Amino acid sequence: MRAFTYERAGDAKAAVKAAASTPGARFIAGGTNLLDLMKLEIETPAHLIDVSRLNMATIEATLDGGLRIGAATSNSTVAADPQVRARYPVLSQAIVAGGSPQLRNKASVGGNLLQRTRCAYFYDTSKPCNKRAPRTGCSALEGLNRNAAIFGATDHCIATHTSDMAVALTALGANVETLMPSGQSRTLPMLVLHRLPGETPEIETCLETGELITAVVLPPPPPGGQIYRKVRDRASYAGGLASVAVAGRQVALGMVAHKPWRASAVETALASGASPAEAIAVELEGASPLGRNDFKLPLVARLAAAAISEANGRGA
Amino acid sequence: MSSVHDWTPNNPVKENRSGLIGKPVDRYEGPLKVTGTAPYAYEVQPPSPPAYGVMVGAAIAAGRITGVDIAEAEATPGVLVVWTHLNAPPQAPRGTKAHPRSSAGSRPALESDRIFFFGQPVALVVGETLEAATAGAHRVKLTYAADTPDVDFRASLDRAVSPSGEEDIEVGDFVRGFTSSPIQVDETWETPIQNHCQMEPCASTVWFEGEKCIAHTSIQMVKPAQHGLAETLGLPRDDVHLLTRYIGGGFGGKGQTYDDLILAALAAKALGRPVKVAYTRQQMMHGTIHRPATVMQVRLGAEKDGRLNAFSMMTWTHCHREGNFTEHASNFARALYAAPNRLTGHRLVKLDLPGAGPMRAPGEASGTLALECAMDELAEKLGLDPVELRIRNEPETDPENGRPFSMRQLVRCLREGAQQFGWDRRLPTPGLVREGRWLVGMGMATAIRGNFLLPAKCSFTVDADGVITVRQGMTDIGTGTYTVLAQIAAETLGVPLGHVKVEIGDSEFPPAPGSGGQFGAATAGSAALAAGQNLRTAIAELATGDEASPLFGGRPVDVTFQDGVIAIENRSETLASLISRAAPEGLTVEGEIKPAQDAREWSQQTYGGHYCEVGVDPVTGEVRVRRMLGVFAAGRILNAKTARSQLTGGMIWGIGSALTEGNAVDTRYGSLINQDLAQYLAPVQADIGDLDAIMLDEVDDKANPMGVKGVGELGNSGAGAAVANAIYNACGVRVRDYPITPDKLLAGLIAKGL
Ligand SMILES: Cc1cc2nc3c(=O)[nH]c(=O)nc-3n(C[C@H](O)[C@H](O)[C@H](O)COP(=O)(O)OP(=O)(O)OC[C@H]3O[C@@H](n4cnc5c(N)ncnc54)[C@H](O)[C@@H]3O)c2cc1C
Ligand code: SF4
Repeated sequence: MRAFTYERAGDAKAAVKAAASTPGARFIAGGTNLLDLMKLEIETPAHLIDVSRLNMATIEATLDGGLRIGAATSNSTVAADPQVRARYPVLSQAIVAGGSPQLRNKASVGGNLLQRTRCAYFYDTSKPCNKRAPRTGCSALEGLNRNAAIFGATDHCIATHTSDMAVALTALGANVETLMPSGQSRTLPMLVLHRLPGETPEIETCLETGELITAVVLPPPPPGGQIYRKVRDRASYAGGLASVAVAGRQVALGMVAHKPWRASAVETALASGASPAEAIAVELEGASPLGRNDFKLPLVARLAAAAISEANGRGA
Repeated sequence: MSSVHDWTPNNPVKENRSGLIGKPVDRYEGPLKVTGTAPYAYEVQPPSPPAYGVMVGAAIAAGRITGVDIAEAEATPGVLVVWTHLNAPPQAPRGTKAHPRSSAGSRPALESDRIFFFGQPVALVVGETLEAATAGAHRVKLTYAADTPDVDFRASLDRAVSPSGEEDIEVGDFVRGFTSSPIQVDETWETPIQNHCQMEPCASTVWFEGEKCIAHTSIQMVKPAQHGLAETLGLPRDDVHLLTRYIGGGFGGKGQTYDDLILAALAAKALGRPVKVAYTRQQMMHGTIHRPATVMQVRLGAEKDGRLNAFSMMTWTHCHREGNFTEHASNFARALYAAPNRLTGHRLVKLDLPGAGPMRAPGEASGTLALECAMDELAEKLGLDPVELRIRNEPETDPENGRPFSMRQLVRCLREGAQQFGWDRRLPTPGLVREGRWLVGMGMATAIRGNFLLPAKCSFTVDADGVITVRQGMTDIGTGTYTVLAQIAAETLGVPLGHVKVEIGDSEFPPAPGSGGQFGAATAGSAALAAGQNLRTAIAELATGDEASPLFGGRPVDVTFQDGVIAIENRSETLASLISRAAPEGLTVEGEIKPAQDAREWSQQTYGGHYCEVGVDPVTGEVRVRRMLGVFAAGRILNAKTARSQLTGGMIWGIGSALTEGNAVDTRYGSLINQDLAQYLAPVQADIGDLDAIMLDEVDDKANPMGVKGVGELGNSGAGAAVANAIYNACGVRVRDYPITPDKLLAGLIAKGL
């Protein structure tokens, strides 16, 4: 780990100001991802601004019937929140499908959204990796890439985004509220927060340097049942091979792309009367697997069809 | 000549007067462990403030170091010393045994510019703090001339040869027997590299007191560690005092020392202060040994009634280029099922991978994943119940060499397991039972693991308080050694458990071979029993010869020991009163166990039957173990709680082998893909379901004077196969390439139209 300095921000404004004025500054919330990466010197911030104790940990109803979840709220708190459980069960299910209780107690909503990939080559600093060390190459491309993306990958990076929570938020059509270094706040749809790798996989979101996530805002739940299903190699405490979040007729897929993947082709097909299996087949026409991850096609097809049927059998 | 018959006379463990033997006594060191106060090697408080060493691993798998730049590392604040092969202190050349009877030779660290495997320690940075040393380690810059690593096991099967000094074993004529059999199975199974993933990574804390090296390390075997360190440093063996008091798991991976110990000792010497060195979790994956991958071909030829005519098991495996370890996955099968025509053997290929070595039930753990599934396939072809198939092939004597079994209750284990598990509810046709999302199936498999006894010594001291102190150069790797030694001592001397102290893990105590091969409790315990019996004699003689004792003038053989009181009929006194009066400094005696010379006249194993019920999600290929039961026969059980924990722990290991565990080699780099516990998937609580182990009553009088056998490895022999067979019964898909992950199972489900 590199030596770094640390400060606890007094409020959100002070946090973004400090971030803008200190070179190499990073926010830290639960630290469950950032500290691991710092120990391996994959991340080498010169200065940490602790945002875990800012006044951003409340869950409150919005005027339009949605919910506003502060970015510093712990994953466990969100999953256990009665309003979330009653009205957004897909979010609750997605969160508890991730990590372990210890991690979820510590992890924040903001940090969860910005967690970095679990690509094994990203973690092994002896290997080339465009995301860790830009323009060194991608070791996964011809490597052990069983868990690689099937949508939107490029030769520069085939890693997946591994957040479960973000998949549910994407299906729910959530927005992310931020405070920019200028002091301006803005609202971004989940859909645009994360980027596809393109030629610059090291740039993972459209946030500016020093831009702070302050909250996630859920619109009122769409009509219909909700469900989150995640397939993983062991029953708990493992990243997914694929996941699906269904909220009525809104569907998102997880661990299939560099970002949570809103399955808009599925939604369009469902709207025009396709069966769940037909609808997911349309989406998968756009997939490009690499060999070792070919199984994700049938897996996603079966998983999504089952989950959509189950959710709509339950609620719609 | 020593004989197993010498063990026939009665002894205090057999008599078990106070009932302590077998009792589910809590762990002797349990409170220390659950309160976090047991000092593991890295946590031992040295006499003065320690420095901290961090190793750097090689970034290539084969080749040479061509450039070394340590300037930045040395300039890192808090860094004291940076070593590579260029400036490391001199050590005895590899393999040196200055003392001809050393149990291990020199094992120098940072030996040369040559790289033998990815992650090989190539530099050490010592700092005032762990953080400083870690920062320095990141600043060490090495350049390499890399050779193309030769690491592709599956592509190397053609060049595999019989391990040196080994030949295939054939009885009868296998090919003729096989080809003439009406029912045949011929399939091949594959298992991946597995890492031990002990909770406690390898670690050492070392300092010098004058010329004497005090080394605390995490190791399964004391003497080879002591000798190897002394040889490497060029010290007389007695100048190394090696201690290993608490060990956070070994599983075979700590049967040898690693560079943490050597480098900590070298740095402690050079700096004149204590030094701690530990492997990081990531470094453990490459820097220590692993269970090698295997390819196993099993051929079974049977008559229509299920009797085996011909049986063959051939194993291909790999080890390190400079090593000679073989995963003997075919060996156990030699003693298992009757068949007149038999062929077994191994093929080994040497690769530029880290060292292959023993891991919990070496041989059986991999081999049963093949043979016990082959038996399931045969049962299906025969239309026979898998339990019945095994019973029909139960041999009268060892099927390979005709030796009598010392004790074999395999059939009883299988029958008892079937009954307790509800095996009769299993439908032989796969895929018929559905519960909600899940297809449900049951599977079973046999467990077998050899039993061993090695030479060992032990000392017992009774002090003026009547407290017995057991001292032995034995280890407790989390298995319960402390506890069973305390039970044996208390039972033998007739004192309460609270009056026993156990001190182990010390090279200055009477030597024992340590923990491995499930020989630990039998070996260390038998030496303890001998010491206890010798102490009884010494105490009895002391009392009957002491005029001040009420027992004076009696016959030593008539003295009884109970509740801390020694007595001859109505004449008695407390042990404490005798010792405080007649031997106030205490009384110490040694005892010893040696394997009987005729022990090999019997075929000796431990046995069991595993029964498992799984659910398979046919949509995703996910598998969940719902319940699992093992019934075992493993001699006298010393402690029902620690033995059960060993057995269930082994079963969990088997579940991991079947479903989640494994590491793959990236053949371009010669490195393993999974480098931490988030990627290397050992089972977690949610993977296990309802799990139980039952131990049959048994005493094996050919095993040792106590009639106990090992349980530490038995539990994972066969466990994974029971899971795989249950998967087949649930959904009709056989995956022969472990672990059975959702992607592999899904392919089979799709192929079946499910
Ligand atoms: C072993 C392991 C297994 C895991 N398994 C799963 C899993 O199965 N599913 C899953 O979804 N996740 C999993 N995770 C990831 C886990 O969910 C994340 O580590 C966690 O959510 C990160 O939250 P944090 O608050 O600790 O973030 P931190 O580590 O503090 O920060 C992460 C990143 O977010 C940035 N950041 C934090 N807060 C803000 C903010 N308010 N605004 C802007 N930037 C911010 C930080 O600068 C940093 O770059 C796993 C993690 C581990 C270690
Ligand atoms: S997939 Fe992305 S993260 Fe993984 S090695 Fe390639 S560039 Fe790095």
